[in-house]
Amino acid sequence: MSSTYSAVFVALVLAAALLIGGYGLRVSRTTSDFFVASRTVSPWWNASAIGGEYLSAASFLGVAGLIFAYGPDMLWYPIGYTVGYLVLLALVAAPLRRSGAYTVPDFAEARLESRRVRRMASVLSVGIGWLYLVPQLQGAGLALTTVTGAPGWLGALLVAVVVAVNVMAGGMRSITFVQAVQYWLKLSALAIPVIFLVLAWRDAGAPSLDGSVPAVFANDTKVTVQTTVDVEVSSRVSVVVDGVVDGRTYAGTSVSLAPGPHRIAAGAALDFPAKSVVPQVKGIPADTNALWAQPLGGEGHGNPFYVTYSLIIATFLGTMGLPHVVVRFYTNPNGRQARRTTVVVLALLGIFYVLPPAYAALGRIYTPELLLTGQTDAVVLVLPSRLVGGTLGELLGALVAGGAFAAFLSTSSGLTLSVAGVLSQDVLLLRGLRGFRVAAFFAAIVPFGAALLVSGMSLADVVGLAFAVAASSFCPLLLLGIWWRRLTPFGAVAGMIAGGGLALVAGLVTLLVPPGAGLVYDLLSRPAAWSVPLGFAVMIVGSLLTPRTVPASVNRTMVRLHAPEALGLAQEETP
Amino acid sequence: MNAERPRRVVVTSPWTRATRRSRSYPIVREIDEQSEVGALYMRSLMRTQLRLGLLVVLLVCGPLAALPVLFSVVPLTKTVVVLGLPLPWLVLGLAVYPVVVAAACYYVWRVERTERDFADLVEQS
Repeated sequence: MSSTYSAVFVALVLAAALLIGGYGLRVSRTTSDFFVASRTVSPWWNASAIGGEYLSAASFLGVAGLIFAYGPDMLWYPIGYTVGYLVLLALVAAPLRRSGAYTVPDFAEARLESRRVRRMASVLSVGIGWLYLVPQLQGAGLALTTVTGAPGWLGALLVAVVVAVNVMAGGMRSITFVQAVQYWLKLSALAIPVIFLVLAWRDAGAPSLDGSVPAVFANDTKVTVQTTVDVEVSSRVSVVVDGVVDGRTYAGTSVSLAPGPHRIAAGAALDFPAKSVVPQVKGIPADTNALWAQPLGGEGHGNPFYVTYSLIIATFLGTMGLPHVVVRFYTNPNGRQARRTTVVVLALLGIFYVLPPAYAALGRIYTPELLLTGQTDAVVLVLPSRLVGGTLGELLGALVAGGAFAAFLSTSSGLTLSVAGVLSQDVLLLRGLRGFRVAAFFAAIVPFGAALLVSGMSLADVVGLAFAVAASSFCPLLLLGIWWRRLTPFGAVAGMIAGGGLALVAGLVTLLVPPGAGLVYDLLSRPAAWSVPLGFAVMIVGSLLTPRTVPASVNRTMVRLHAPEALGLAQEETP
Repeated sequence: MNAERPRRVVVTSPWTRATRRSRSYPIVREIDEQSEVGALYMRSLMRTQLRLGLLVVLLVCGPLAALPVLFSVVPLTKTVVVLGLPLPWLVLGLAVYPVVVAAACYYVWRVERTERDFADLVEQS
C-alpha cells in the first residue's frame, strides 16, 4: 500500500496543525483571547471552523464504512448530523449565544441559578466529550495501521499528543484557524479522489453490481487478515491459504471452505478466485447486492424500523448538546451572527456529506474484502490506491489519509478544549491558564487510555451513543430552559439523570457485552427512542412538582435570551 | 396593540423631534424593568419565535421522518430508479441537503424580520 506517501502526508498534517497552533500562540495574549478569540472571528472563518470541528472520524471514515456494510439505512447518520444543526439553529442558536454561556453547565447555572444543576451538567458534559473522543483516537489508530502498517496505538498517541500540546499552547484562537483550514482540507481530501475514482470506474466500463448475489471479488484477490475474524461462508469456495484457518495451519495449500462459520487467525493470507462470494465477518448481513441497496432491508443491524427512528431522534436532537458544538457558538459576536454562521455551516456540511455514499458504492464493487476483515471503516482509505493505479493512486491515497488525520485532529481538539474548560472550572477547580493547561492534559489522557483498553467497536456506534446521551439530557435542558419559564433546578437534575444517565448506562452495557440480537438488545444499544421522551417527561413533571423553586430571575433571563440585539438591552459583559 | 383606539394624528413642526414621542415611557424601558407591559411584549415575541422555529423544524423533520414509512408501505419506492439513482439513495444521499439549507435560509430571513419588526414597534411607540 501507499505507505511512504501516506506517512509523509500524515506527518505534514500533524506538523501543520502544530505550526498553525504555534502561530496562534503569538496572537493570543490574554485569557479572553485564549478562550474565545475575542469574538473577532468572521462568520465564514467561524463556519469553516465549526464544520472542520464537527466532521469527525465518524463522518470522514465511519459513514462511508457503514453504508458500505449495511446499505442506505446508514444514510440517516449524515442526515442526522446535518438536520441536528437545523434544529439547533431554529430553536437554540441565538438564545444560547445571547445567554453568554460558554458551556452547557454555564447555561444551566445562568438560567437556573443553581450550583447543583451546574455540577450535574458538568459531569455529563465531560462524559459525553470523552465518549466522543475515544472513537476519534481509535480511528486514528485504524487509519495509521491501514495506510502504513504501524501498530494501532501509535496513531492514537500521535493525535492525543498533538491535540494536547495545541490546546495547552494556543487555546481557542489557534484552534479556530486550525479548524477552519481543516474543513477545507477534509473536503478536498474526499472530493478530489472521488473525481478520479469515478473517472477510473467509467474507464473500466462503469461496472455495476450484480443484484442477485452478495458481494463478490471482482478479480483474483489475496486477502491478509490483520486481526482474527469469525466469518460466515455462504457458498462453498476453494481458496489458497497461507496461515491458520479453523485452528489448522496451512502453507500455500488449497482449502475448500464449506458453508458455515469459520475462524481465520491473524496474519493468515487467503487467495480467493475471481467471482467468488466474499465470506463476511459475523454481524454484517450477507445480503444480496439488490437487498443491500434497499432501505429497511438488512436484518443484521437490529429491527430496521426501531433502529432507524432511534437514530433519527438521537442525531436530530443530540447535536445541540455536544460540548464542542456549544462552545463554538460563543465565538459569534451576537445571536444574529450565530444564526447566520449556522446557515453557512449547514451548507458546508451538506456539500461534504454528498461524498461518502459514492465511496461506499464503489467500495462494494472494488474492495469487498473489507467485509471479510471487518475493517469496513477503512473503505475510504483503501479505495484510491486500489482503483487508481500507479503514483497518482498512491498520492490520492495519501491525500485521503491526510484528510482522515485532519478529521481526528480537529474534532479531538474541539472536544479536548471544551472538556478541559469544564474540567478546569467545575471539577478540578483550577482557575487561570495554568489550571486550564492541567485540565487539558487530563482531558486528552483519559480517552487515550480508554481507546487502548477497549478496541474493536464501530466508530459510528460509539459516536451514536454520545449523541443519544446528549439528546436525552442536554436537549431537554436547553429546549425547556430556553422556551419554558417553569423549569426548576430539581426538574432539570431529575430529567438529566433519568434521560442521560439511563441512556449512558444502557449504551455502556451493550458496548461491553458481545453483540446480541432481539428487541431488548436494540432497546439497550440504541436508547434514544425511549430515553429522550423520558428525559423530557421527567424534567417537565419534576418542574411542575416543585413550582416554588422557579428561579426569581426567570423573567430577566428570558429578556436576555430573546430580546433582539437591536434593542440594545441586556448587554452582557465580555469575560 | 391599540388598533381599536381612534387613529391619532400628530401635527408638529418638522423641526422638532420631541413631540413625536407619543409615550413618555418607552417600551424598551418597560421591558428592561420587568413591568407587566414589558413582559407582555416579550411573551408575544417569544411565542412568535418559538412558533416559527417549530414550524421550520416540523416542515423538514416531518417529511423526513415519514420516509421510512413510505419505503415500507410502498415497496416500489425502495428500488425505483430516478435520474439514474435508486430513489432512496437520491433522496437520502443528495436531495435532503439543499432542502435543509433552503429551510435554514427561510428561517433566518423570517426570524430576522420578526425581530426587526419587534424592534421597530418597541422603539417607535
